[in-house]
Amino acid sequence: MPQPTKGARLGGSPAHEQLILANLATSLFRHGRIRTTEAKARRLRPFAERLVTVAKRGDLSSRRRALAVLRDKDVVHSLFAEIAPRYSNRPGGYTRITKLGPRRGDAAPMAMIELVEELETTQPADTDRRTADRQRERQDTVAALAGEEDEATAASAADSDSAEQAEEAGEAGKDSDKS
Amino acid sequence: MAVPKRRMSRSNTRSRRAQWKARAVVTQPCPQCRSPKLPHTACTVCGTYNGRQVVQV
Repeated sequence: MPQPTKGARLGGSPAHEQLILANLATSLFRHGRIRTTEAKARRLRPFAERLVTVAKRGDLSSRRRALAVLRDKDVVHSLFAEIAPRYSNRPGGYTRITKLGPRRGDAAPMAMIELVEELETTQPADTDRRTADRQRERQDTVAALAGEEDEATAASAADSDSAEQAEEAGEAGKDSDKS
Repeated sequence: MAVPKRRMSRSNTRSRRAQWKARAVVTQPCPQCRSPKLPHTACTVCGTYNGRQVVQV
């Protein structure tokens, strides 16, 4: 089932809406930050960020895809040469919207949409760190279990108390490994 | 076309209009300059939001 686009409809017709969004994106890439109504900023954000993602590929076909929208060769050039390389290590979220309050005259809620600055440090994504943690934990448990098994086979005749002690020793070893 | 049969009394009109109330705008003190500003909005006095200069004033 087709899902309608989120946000306000702009302009008088779909063609007009496309033109408004293309012009807003051109201005955003030319000036870095633009002041517009909040509704337009909210529609512009995914539109502009998709163009940056296209530009990050950097090949001829992506350049043609950007030119089909932006129409201004200078802006497309600056998008590919300056803006896209800036975000090479940023996984999306290239723009920031800040609300500016109602406009004088018609009280339309205004907003500032801007291209965010370069990501300074390349920190690994949260998911990577969590996966590494989980892998380390699994190795520890495997080692502890292997130790337990060895002791159990060595003292197969021993009663359950010694086995429990071995288990505790294994757990203590695991804790020390973590710390 | 359906139209009202009777003139509405002055009392009824005023009772209805008694519910038209203006409410004060909610504001928060700006963390930079302490002047009241709209919540989740850049300050109109010093032009900052979240410690960042958003507009020149």
